[in-house]
Amino acid sequence: MGEVTLHEVSKQFSLRVGGAPHTVQALSRVSFTVRDGEIVSLIGPSGCGKTTALRIAMGLETASAGKVTVDGREVKGCGHDRGMVFQFAELLPWLTALQNVMFGLEMKGMRGAELRDTATRYLELVGLKDSLDRRPHQLSGGMKQRVGIARALAIDPKVLLMDEPFGALDAQTRETMQAELLDLHARTGKTILFVTHDLDEAVLIADRIVVIKSGMVQEIMTVPLKRPRPDLGIVRGTAEFAETRYRVWKALHESGGKLH
Amino acid sequence: MVDTVEPRPAPAAGEAQSEAAARRRGPVPNWVITVGSLVVLIGAWEIFGRDVNPVFGSYPSAIFEAAVALARSGKLWTALLDSLRPFAVGYALAIVIGVPLGLIIGRFRVVEAAIGIYITAGYAMPLVALVPLLILWLGLGFTVKVAIIFLLSVFPICINTWLGVTAVPKTLIEVGKSFVAPNSVILRRIILPATLPYIMAGIRLAVGRAVVAMVIAEFFTSISGLGAIIITSANNFDTATTFVPIIIIMLLAVALNFLIGAVERWVAPWQAEIAGRDE
Repeated sequence: MGEVTLHEVSKQFSLRVGGAPHTVQALSRVSFTVRDGEIVSLIGPSGCGKTTALRIAMGLETASAGKVTVDGREVKGCGHDRGMVFQFAELLPWLTALQNVMFGLEMKGMRGAELRDTATRYLELVGLKDSLDRRPHQLSGGMKQRVGIARALAIDPKVLLMDEPFGALDAQTRETMQAELLDLHARTGKTILFVTHDLDEAVLIADRIVVIKSGMVQEIMTVPLKRPRPDLGIVRGTAEFAETRYRVWKALHESGGKLH
Repeated sequence: MVDTVEPRPAPAAGEAQSEAAARRRGPVPNWVITVGSLVVLIGAWEIFGRDVNPVFGSYPSAIFEAAVALARSGKLWTALLDSLRPFAVGYALAIVIGVPLGLIIGRFRVVEAAIGIYITAGYAMPLVALVPLLILWLGLGFTVKVAIIFLLSVFPICINTWLGVTAVPKTLIEVGKSFVAPNSVILRRIILPATLPYIMAGIRLAVGRAVVAMVIAEFFTSISGLGAIIITSANNFDTATTFVPIIIIMLLAVALNFLIGAVERWVAPWQAEIAGRDE
């Protein structure tokens, strides 16, 4: 099982703008569920609060109100039940690819031969069998993010939380990574919450899309595309893709939601 | 705060970049440029130094002769050993205490607020003025020399480490947090390695101060070591001999700098590979 739910999550930030204190309402009563084995895209314009929602789900930030549950249990802080994939991979530059994956596993208490084997296995899973001993600066952007995904997957979390993981990659690499992610998902069945600002990406990979604007859930829509989706090029050509993409686009451009 | 610097961008050392680095450096290797610069400087000194009254100045070949004489008599070696013993102890203590202190100050807001101010103040402390007091407390021997060298070199090391910790990208710490790493692990396995370039820069800067402290200690406490040679020969208007310890001390500092650079490439090889000069 792996089901993550945000219950009425709100978040306020205090900051000073030109010396005057300001309260920014980053999230207002955000609620949605990512069901077991599902991929949900969280999409919205930059600054809409989608990354904040993900960080709260991870436990890197605390909600001002509301709660996050994983399989019904409320979570406090970070935990091994959730694995985070960061926007820029954020590998530790002094460790090799293998050591980076091992780091996460060690924190879970794994030691000895099992540690090395498990880390190797997950790097093989993301197609990096031949780059185990490379340091991050010797890896391309796509390879770095593969290591980041392997590091999060290796601890076998119930939920994978991904923060615009392909946003910094070039278009070709991004498409490859999207296909690989779907392949990984087909093989592992992980529950994935995926933050993105890319319309195509949101539709291509997700089962459902949560549209966030100005810190509020604008709309939750189901993607009428079947799994598996082995060829995303074909998916792009379908009427369902075009229609869903248009619906998301419209949701993003409607002047709904309260502005602050 | 002249002594607090960003980690020096090391020349590329990775095998992948070595070719590119060679192209960037051009056809003349660095050491040739350095040697050329030395030849010009020493040559000019040799030529023009000869016209100066030997009481007011000297020139390289005369200094070399004086050095040979000092070395033959054995005075040079005893002096060198006398100087290096307190230097090694004081400098090592400064590293052993300065680095952990800087890590803790940088990591914990409460510690920073409580003792950061003393470190900043201590860095600017006119230490020479404190020497008489230190002599009262610790006498004239080995201990007080160690204390003077320690006090002058610990602050740049501590401050640089502290600065390094505050410059660690927040996201790297969040990586640790997201995998539920305890604070001690985050400090040891994320913050310490990320801070290493800054620590090494601090240790490098401290060499200069430790060497100065060594000479100050020899001038103002019991006169000994290389400092003693400077004072006695200066009192005898033997200017060429006065220059011998001065140049040896400078050579010592340069050699230590090289050594630290080598240690840095050994403990933080990734840094040399990431950073690079773009010329």
